[in-house]
Amino acid sequence: MTDTLPALRLENIVKTFPGVRALDGVSFTVMPGEVHALMGENGAGKSTLMKVLGGIYQPDEGRIYMERQPTVMASPMEAKAKGVVFIHQELSLADELSVAENIFLGELPRKSFGRVDWEKLFSETDRILKTLNVSFDARKRVGDLSIANQQMVEIARALTVDPRAVIFDEPTASLTDAEKVVLFDVIADLRSRGVGIIYISHRMEEIFKITDRISVLRDGQYRGTLQTAATNEDEVTQLMIGRSLDLSRNDQHAELGDVALEVRGLSCGSLYRDVSFKVHRGEVVGFYGLVGAGRTEIVETVFGLRAPSSGQILLDGQEVRINSPVDAIRLGISLVPEDRKGQGLVLGMNCRDNMTLPQVDDLKAGPFVSDGAEVAIFDLYRDRLDIRTPGWRQLVGNLSGGNQQKIVIGKWLSMHPNVLIVDEPTRGIDVGSKSEIHNLIRGLAQQGYAVIVVSSEMPEVLHVSDRIVAMYHGRIMREFTSEEVTEDGLVQAISGISGDKVA
Amino acid sequence: MNAESRNNLVKQGAIWVFILFELAFFSIAGEFLSVSEKAFMDFDNMLLLLKQSAPIGIIALGMTIIMINGNIDLSVGATYAFSAIVLLDSMTWPIFQGLGDWVIPVSWMLALLTGTVLGAINGLIVWKTGVDAFIVTLGSMLGYRGLVFMYNGEQPTSHLNWTLVDFAEAQFLGLHTATWFLFVAALALWLLMTRTVHGRNAYAIGNNREAAVNAGIRVGPHFLINFMLIGFLAALSAVVFYSESGSVNPNDGMLYELWAITAVVLGGTKLAGGYGSIISTIGGVIAIQLLRKGLGHIGADTETVNLVIGLILIAVLFLDRQLNRKGKEELKI
Repeated sequence: MTDTLPALRLENIVKTFPGVRALDGVSFTVMPGEVHALMGENGAGKSTLMKVLGGIYQPDEGRIYMERQPTVMASPMEAKAKGVVFIHQELSLADELSVAENIFLGELPRKSFGRVDWEKLFSETDRILKTLNVSFDARKRVGDLSIANQQMVEIARALTVDPRAVIFDEPTASLTDAEKVVLFDVIADLRSRGVGIIYISHRMEEIFKITDRISVLRDGQYRGTLQTAATNEDEVTQLMIGRSLDLSRNDQHAELGDVALEVRGLSCGSLYRDVSFKVHRGEVVGFYGLVGAGRTEIVETVFGLRAPSSGQILLDGQEVRINSPVDAIRLGISLVPEDRKGQGLVLGMNCRDNMTLPQVDDLKAGPFVSDGAEVAIFDLYRDRLDIRTPGWRQLVGNLSGGNQQKIVIGKWLSMHPNVLIVDEPTRGIDVGSKSEIHNLIRGLAQQGYAVIVVSSEMPEVLHVSDRIVAMYHGRIMREFTSEEVTEDGLVQAISGISGDKVA
Repeated sequence: MNAESRNNLVKQGAIWVFILFELAFFSIAGEFLSVSEKAFMDFDNMLLLLKQSAPIGIIALGMTIIMINGNIDLSVGATYAFSAIVLLDSMTWPIFQGLGDWVIPVSWMLALLTGTVLGAINGLIVWKTGVDAFIVTLGSMLGYRGLVFMYNGEQPTSHLNWTLVDFAEAQFLGLHTATWFLFVAALALWLLMTRTVHGRNAYAIGNNREAAVNAGIRVGPHFLINFMLIGFLAALSAVVFYSESGSVNPNDGMLYELWAITAVVLGGTKLAGGYGSIISTIGGVIAIQLLRKGLGHIGADTETVNLVIGLILIAVLFLDRQLNRKGKEELKI
């Protein structure tokens, strides 16, 4: 392999966003005809790196080489023209158009006067579909295809150019086992044609089945590359987890109070099944699992955003019905949602108004909202949570991620909830604010709050939780206390390897 | 003053700067081109301008809160016409014969009630079906206009009550009755949007509906209240105008929805919702009326006026977009 030129080489890529160094001098090489896994926890910088490669972001520093030629990827279109193709986790297809039109979207073959050359379009499409060995027709409406077949359309789209490198981002997230086999065949075929393949996935068994090398990122830094044949899951996990901020195991436990929230046999269609757990006052229960394991869906149900298909929710031992967030808030359940900007904050409003949003109705003086009462609440929680903002008039959209998150947390704390649920407490937040938020969550447990933390970051779960619930494919695989939990055990539980094996 | 409030001031002030510019332009151009002897900036002329702004202006106030809430209402023109018919016709109904001039407040109430009910129908449909407000009110625009024609066919509905006409033509502290209605309605809605829970929640829903739901805000009732308000205001606009004119054609009020939206957008309210101000809408209304009057003053005909207003609207929105682009990193879509 040493005398072939790399298909693609990224060198010392640096990309910073306000407050975050998302990529810190990352280098990464893909040889032609290899399947190269890119691994790392959420937030490690994988997707940022791929966006740099795909022309969506421009790097602040560093270079991209294609077969030793320095290259600038100015736009996604240019990247594709140069043979770098992305198969996204989320499909981006036009449902109402045919398979052929989707595959050649933006580059339909033309005849004179701008007419579409349908004959050529369909024959070209048939040729590509043949190489993929799929069973559907070029004229079929894409919206009528299964998810797996839609993904095949995405892959077919990649093959309209002569690809040098194809990036698969979590391609198996929504595929059945049989569909995965088909996908892996396609990948093997591309590889045998000398295409370099970057494969992003969290699923260890897949990685070890189909890749040649594994590169690991952590906190925006390159951590090393391993030969798949010469390594094992433990070694990869070690590289991925690592430690750079204080994420020691949680060892202070507050005194446990009564059970604040209990969930019995809760199911919601195919999202999760038969989930039961308890949360006491004074403890933090961490929910850990891969994206799509059903963690977020469970807390959304408890907050009234989803209707369960069966099961019970009990607050302080009493069964309750929660049909909407209005009910949940009245019962003292609060949710700090996963997507802070999309679901948690009204970005066009100022800090104070965001913080008092759920309770303005209780802050009236006559017909009008009482300015004084609002400012008093804001000041109190600004000081208590150490929110750094020039003043309450500041638009929330202008704050850093950490301060935004504190506004959302303050919003709920000011309502004195019985149960506080925090979904991905530190997503997109810089390292310094991360530990502040962690300490804040620990502090809440000490004050006697019942707290649920949902996270995809193992160090975070280990650091803040008194108990950890590991989920895999909509089921609770195992519960760990913070004394008995090990990283291996957790990784195995969330990969569905074995729930009972005590590590 | 921090950058935030300064930025806000610039945005809210822009429309008033534009109005000053119009005043200066038409005063100077009027010196050379005017067909009349009177100066454009004549005091009575300005008072009249405010009065003429009132019908569209009152509707535009309602459109502002609807658009801040993230919706739109295309049926206001038809609601306006139907409320006007109820106003004028009810004054001739036999059951009210013995009331004398007391029929006036009764007919007013009936007209305002009509508008509010028509608005409530829109609001309930948007709330309960979840269909986009654009579609719902496009339908009710046609439907309500149908009601107007069913009432009296192609015939105008007329009734002149001289007490009413005297009231409508009166001036109090210099301002015409219609102007007072516009200003009082503006003040009430400004208080509603800036000082009450409903206003706060309406902004939040328009800006980020999902976050509003997650904060325990019931979206539907706020929609309903706003649609009832705009229906009420469309009727109020009819009450103000037809008290004086005394005759309504079945085609009256057509395109009023678009003029109202134009004024609101000129005032800086976002079509997507979550941002806007009642005061700036008043600015937008005055700016449009100034353009109409000013262009007329220098001898332009109606067609030219519409062409110029259309061009200015697009130019203003283009400028706004250029100023508000969040740097070069924004996706070029």
